[in-house]
Amino acid sequence: MIVDLKIKRFDPSDSGGKTWWQEYSVDIHKDSTVLDALIQVREYEDTSLALRCACRASICGSCGMRVNGNAKLVCKTRVVEVAPDGEQIIVEPMGNQHVVKDLVISLDTFFDQIKRIKPYVQPDESPESGEYIASNESMENLLTSMNCIMCGVCVSDCTVLEVDSNFIGPAALAKAWRFVEDPRDSKKESRLSELNNEDGGIWDCTRCMKCVEVCPKGVSPMDRIMELRESAIESGNKNTPGYHHTESFYNSVKKHGRLDETRLAVDSAGITNVTRLLDLAPVGMKAMIKGKLPPILPHKSEDHKNVKKLYNKVEGEEK
Amino acid sequence: MYEHDVLIIGGGLAGLRAGIEVTRHGVDVAVISKVHPVRSHSNAAQGGINAPLTDRGDEWEGHAYDTIKGSDFLADQDAVEIMSSEAGDAVIELERMGVIFSRGEDGRLGTRAFGGQKVARTFFVGAITGSALLHVLYEQSIKLGLGVYEEWFVTKLIMEDGVCRGVVAYDIKSGKLHTIKAKAVIMASGGSGRVFEPSTNALICTGDGLALAYRAGAPLMDMEMIQYHPTTLARTGILLSEAARGEGAYLLNSKGERFMEKYAPDYMELASRDVVSRSEQIEIDEGRGIDGNVHLDLRHLGRDYIEQRLGYLEEVSQEFLGISMAEEPVPVRPGMHYIMGGIKTDYNGATIVPGLYAAGECANVSVHGANRLGANSLLDTVVFGRRSAIHALEYIKSVESASKSEVDLKSEQVRLQSILDRPKGESIAKVREDMAVGMTKGIGVWRDQSSMEGALENLNNVKTRVPNVSVEDKGKVFNTNLLSALELEFMVDNAEAIVHGALMRKESRGAHFRTDMPERDDENWLKHTLVYKDDNSNTGVRTETSPVKITQWEPVKRVY
Repeated sequence: MIVDLKIKRFDPSDSGGKTWWQEYSVDIHKDSTVLDALIQVREYEDTSLALRCACRASICGSCGMRVNGNAKLVCKTRVVEVAPDGEQIIVEPMGNQHVVKDLVISLDTFFDQIKRIKPYVQPDESPESGEYIASNESMENLLTSMNCIMCGVCVSDCTVLEVDSNFIGPAALAKAWRFVEDPRDSKKESRLSELNNEDGGIWDCTRCMKCVEVCPKGVSPMDRIMELRESAIESGNKNTPGYHHTESFYNSVKKHGRLDETRLAVDSAGITNVTRLLDLAPVGMKAMIKGKLPPILPHKSEDHKNVKKLYNKVEGEEK
Repeated sequence: MYEHDVLIIGGGLAGLRAGIEVTRHGVDVAVISKVHPVRSHSNAAQGGINAPLTDRGDEWEGHAYDTIKGSDFLADQDAVEIMSSEAGDAVIELERMGVIFSRGEDGRLGTRAFGGQKVARTFFVGAITGSALLHVLYEQSIKLGLGVYEEWFVTKLIMEDGVCRGVVAYDIKSGKLHTIKAKAVIMASGGSGRVFEPSTNALICTGDGLALAYRAGAPLMDMEMIQYHPTTLARTGILLSEAARGEGAYLLNSKGERFMEKYAPDYMELASRDVVSRSEQIEIDEGRGIDGNVHLDLRHLGRDYIEQRLGYLEEVSQEFLGISMAEEPVPVRPGMHYIMGGIKTDYNGATIVPGLYAAGECANVSVHGANRLGANSLLDTVVFGRRSAIHALEYIKSVESASKSEVDLKSEQVRLQSILDRPKGESIAKVREDMAVGMTKGIGVWRDQSSMEGALENLNNVKTRVPNVSVEDKGKVFNTNLLSALELEFMVDNAEAIVHGALMRKESRGAHFRTDMPERDDENWLKHTLVYKDDNSNTGVRTETSPVKITQWEPVKRVY
C-alpha cells in the first residue's frame, strides 16, 4: 500500500534554523502504523530525517508527534485510522516544546514540569518489616496515573501551555495526583496546598478536555486535575481566585438559576482585593463600549426554583 | 573532559538501581544513556518480578531450583543462590520506593503464576510491571539528584594499562565527542535483540554495551542462548506477556487442542519458555498451525478479569491486531525476545577487565543459563545492579584518578569523521536486515551445524559490507543516521559472538536446540562458552570454555 506523507522538517544547523515541508511516498503493509511509514522513510528514502522511536508497542513514550494536527504516539496510530481513503498524512513535531530537529523536540520542558511536583513518594516512616499494608483498591486506583509513560502528548496539545508556559501542565499534575492519592505518602496536605497556591498550579487549567482527548494511555489528566481541586478544597485550601470562582459560580446558579457574570468576576478577584479589582476595570470598560457588559444586577432564571430543588436534592444525597 | 568516580552506561532498571546505590553512599556518579532513562527497554517487561518471600511461607531454595532447572543446569548456582535469597528484600524495597504492586485481600502484595514455577511468586503491576518499576526508580533518581547524560552515546571504553578508565561519548544533541573519565564503569546497557529479525526488542536494543566490553577484552559468555518467547504477535513480533498464560490462557492448535498436554503434561502452558516455543514450532511445522501461528485463548477468563489484570495486553491486541482477547483467540508464535548470554561477570558484577562491571541483560552472571524464567529478568536487574554498585564502590577506594589523556577522544573523532566522509554506499538498514534475517534463520528455535554455518557465512558477507555503508546526513544535531552506522558495527560484534558460541556447543541445552544433536551432554558440555575478540586470529575470535558452578543441585533430566 502506498502511503503519502507530508513532514515538517527543521534543520537547526542552517543559520537560525530552517523550516520546510517535505513530501514522501512509501510502500508499506496495509496494517502498518504511521511509525512504520516514518521508519521506512528514514531507512530508505531520506536518512537525514530525525525522529525518536524505540519500543514500537506504545510503552516507551518516545514517538509523540502531531498527526493531522493532533498529538499522538505514532507507533499506535495505524495508517488506515488517519488516512482511511489514502489521504496524505501530515506529520509535525509536538507543540509547546522546543524543536531540536525535524520531529525531535527538547525533553526539558516536560521533565522540568515533572520535577516541580516532587515526583516521588514521601512516606512518614517505613513499616518495621515488609511492605506497606494498603487495600488493593487504593493501589489499583493509582494505576490510572501510573499508566502515564511521559510521552508529552498532553503537554503538546495543552491549550493553557500555549499561552502560559508557567503552567505545571497536565502530565505533571496527573503525576502529582498519584502522590496525593497514594496511601503511603505523608505529604498530601503540603502537596495540595502548594498545587493550590502555586502560580501555574491546579487552577490554571481551563478544562478544555484536549489532554483527555489526546492521551494515548487513558490517564485523563484533566480529570485528575479536577480531583486535585476537590481534594484541595476539602483539605481547607479556600484562599485562591480559583476557589472563589468555583464558589461564586455555585452560589450564583443556586440562587438565580443562572450565572451572575459580574458577581463571578468580582468574587474571583476577591471583594477586598483592590488591586485585582482595578485590573478588571479596563476589561469592564471595553466590554461596556462593545455592549457586552453583563447586567450589574442579576436576572433570575424563570426556572430558578427548579434549579434550587436540584441543588437541594444533590446536596441532600451528599450528606 | 568530564570526570566521575563511577560512570554507569545505561539508564534502565539495572543502571538506575546501580546509580541509586552509589548516590546513597555519597559518591560522585553519573548515568549516561543514549535515550532518556524512562525510554529504556526495561519498560517492555510486562508480567512481573519473581521473589520468594520467606515471611509468607515461600522458600528461596524453591525459586533457586526452579531457576536452575529452567536454565537447563547451565546457570552458576552460587549466583542463583544470591539472586534468590536477595529477591525478597529487593521487591520490598521497590514497594517502599513507591511501586504500586497489585495486592491481595489482606492488603499485602499479591502474586500471579508464571512459567517454569509451581509456586505463584511473581509480583506485578497489571501488565506494565517493567514500566512501573522503571518510572519509580526514575522518581528516586530525581529525589536523590542522580545526574544523567541524557541522549549521549558511548562510542568507546577508555583503557589504560588494561584497566577501564572511562568512556568516549557522543552528545547526540550537539554532535560533539567528549571524554568522560571514571574510576569504575558499570555497563548496564541492555540486550541486543535487533541482531535478529523479527524481535520483540525495541529499536534501541543494539547490543552496544556488549560490543564495547568485547572490544575492551571482556569475553562474551553463552551467547548462543537466545530466548524465543512463545507469544509474540503475528507480523509485527510485538510481545504478549507470559502473564496471559500465568492468569490461565490456553495455547491451541488448528484443531482447537491444548497441545501442551503432549509436551509438558504437568506444567502445560506454564512450562519454561524454550519448551513452549519448541512445542508451538512443532505444531506449526507439522501443519497444525494457523497461518504460521498458534492461538492464545483468553476468552474463558472474561472481559472484566482481562481488563483488570491484563489491561495492557488487551490494548496491544486491539491496537495492533484489531482483536479483543475477550472475544477471539489471538494468533501468536515464537519470537526472539532475550539474550541469556552477555558480558561474563562474577556474582558481584565484576568482569575480567579491572574497573569494568556489568549488570542486567548485557551481563551474564550467570543466573539464566540456557533459558531464563519469565519474571527473572527484572529481578536480575535490581539485584545485580545494586551488587555491581556496591562492589564498584569497594574497588574505587584503591584507585587513583584517571590520567588527563585525551588520546582516545582524538582517535574517535578521526574514526567518526571517516565514517561521515565515506562516499555514497550501501544502506545501513539493508545491511542490518540482511544480517538479522540470516541470524534468525541460522540461530532460531531450531538449529543445526549447517544452519549455523549458514549464519556465519551470511555474517562474514555482511562484515565485508559494513565498511561501505554510508552516512548521508552530515549534520551535527541529532544525526541518527551516524548513530545507526555505529550501532550496526556493535550489532555485528554481537552476532559474531552469538554465531561462534553456537558453533562451539555440540549438544542441545535450553534455548540452544540442535536437531542434529538433540540430547544434552553433561559429560562434555556442562560448561560455559566464552568468545573473546581477537584480531590476530583468522576468525576474528578466540574461544574458550569455563566450568559451571554447581553448589547443591546436581543436573537431572529436565521434565515439565
